[in-house]
Amino acid sequence: MFRSLVSVSKLAVSKPALSQKIPSIAVKSSLINITNNNIYNNRQQVRFYSHAPELTKEIISERIIELLESYSKTAQGTKITNETSFSKDLGYDSFDIVEVIMEIEYEFSILIPDKEADEIKTVGQAIDFISKQHDAC
Amino acid sequence: MTSGRRVVVTGLGLVTPLGIGVPHAWKQLITGKSGIISTNQLLDSEKYQDIPAKVVGKVPISETETRSTIPGIYNCNEHFTSHELRRYSTFIQYALVAAKEALEDSKWNPLNLTEFDQERSGVCIGSGIGSFDDAANNSINFSNYGYRKIQPLFIPRLLANMASGNVSIKYGFKGVNHSVSTACATGIHSIGDSFRFIKDDYADVIVCGASEAAINPIALGGFARSKSVTTKFNDKPEKASRPFDKERSGFVLGEGSGILVLEELEHALKRNAKIYAEIKGYGLSGDSTHITTPSKDGDGAKRAMEMAMKRGNIYPSKIGYINAHATSTLLGDRAENYAIKTLFSKVNPKLKISSSKGQIGHLLGAAGSVEAIFTIMAIKEGIIPPTLNCDEPGMNDEDIKEDFMFDYVCNLPQKLDLNNALTNSFGFGGTNASLCISKYEK
Repeated sequence: MFRSLVSVSKLAVSKPALSQKIPSIAVKSSLINITNNNIYNNRQQVRFYSHAPELTKEIISERIIELLESYSKTAQGTKITNETSFSKDLGYDSFDIVEVIMEIEYEFSILIPDKEADEIKTVGQAIDFISKQHDAC
Repeated sequence: MTSGRRVVVTGLGLVTPLGIGVPHAWKQLITGKSGIISTNQLLDSEKYQDIPAKVVGKVPISETETRSTIPGIYNCNEHFTSHELRRYSTFIQYALVAAKEALEDSKWNPLNLTEFDQERSGVCIGSGIGSFDDAANNSINFSNYGYRKIQPLFIPRLLANMASGNVSIKYGFKGVNHSVSTACATGIHSIGDSFRFIKDDYADVIVCGASEAAINPIALGGFARSKSVTTKFNDKPEKASRPFDKERSGFVLGEGSGILVLEELEHALKRNAKIYAEIKGYGLSGDSTHITTPSKDGDGAKRAMEMAMKRGNIYPSKIGYINAHATSTLLGDRAENYAIKTLFSKVNPKLKISSSKGQIGHLLGAAGSVEAIFTIMAIKEGIIPPTLNCDEPGMNDEDIKEDFMFDYVCNLPQKLDLNNALTNSFGFGGTNASLCISKYEK
């Protein structure tokens, strides 16, 4: 819900043709929501509303690798690079891959349609996919 | 018709409301302990608030304590890694824990053996329901948030045969891979079918039994709506399950798993396996009467017991003990008792009957296999476990007192050298099963 509000405001800023009133209302209402829900402690959400640094491939890569390292199936001390394949190198089966993709969706606040998720087989492909998602954060 | 192959029991494993591990649970059983608790003691007790039935037979669980700190307690982290726990729903976990105990007890692990041994080893572990929790939680998530919130592992955690599947994967069983789901008769059918498979030379060793973990507010609510569970002893959980007793008023929902290793006799002798008992006969029948109520005279139950004895070549007069299905319902206990009376009143009036459900409640699919293990222990140890809370058998206003003519081993165990015993299980849908188990003799 928050994301849709913010993406409206982002759109509004980048496209001046839209009425200036919309973003201000949107931002205001989302701020109210933040205080009401008391989610200041949630790092991810705060990062969302403050001017986070642009999501570079390096940052995406760092966050995905951290996520994969903490996944329960990953053997400790495994070196993960862009070329690492989920099944061949990390030993994931189809369920592990679906679960990891879900974690990635959650991490970057995006939805990856099943069809496109099926194409993501390596860390590098995941990074490429996320870098193309404008609403990833 | 039947081959000369004999089938013996060489390993046992238990997860029950009386704790985990056969030695622990057996000790609790014969000292008259109760595994029934109030739903207020459950971790998610608030979800049970509106449900009129408030007692369950829950496996003692702790996330911090272990078996070494509190004997018999179940801590999932003691047995599984976090990755395994994502894949194994509770009934699968119970089956794996009980199977591990049974296989270690039997010293049979095909994983370290030849391809031939693996192909001659089978699995037959059933479940009455499968993972009720997963069905409920994913339904709730789907209803609230839609498709994206259905877990990828939902189906492999749900399916009733996944206990069989996971045990086979873990220990290299490549033979028969079967799973029974016949409601509350699942456990006996699993053991009976495995007995047949070994007799008919499909396999030499089968790890069999059943597992159930359906203590969920929706499941308990469902049994309450069908008027199957008791609501009269909400303040006194340990008094709620009272098979054959005057005040019996419905069963208590329980959970757990009982796993046995069945083995062809020569195969067991060749490797010097410990032999607990011999499975002699297996009987099955259908009531063809009603979806949940047995026929009044227990005709289906009678025919199942009769068939088990006949197939095992054991005369009714030679049966020393029956571990009854008796779930503590008014009609069910009466019908089973009547069936036993029909078969045994003349030839065997001194027969002992008890129901372990007074202490553990009704473990649904797992009931039969857990109680078969108790029956086997009774034969091996020469001790008949009691019927807890059976203070006045057959004294309900609608009971015919004269029908309740046997010794129900009320509240206290009895010493008795046993040669042959029966164990019964009957399920919704009018399915009945009985096993005839005997002391092993050369």
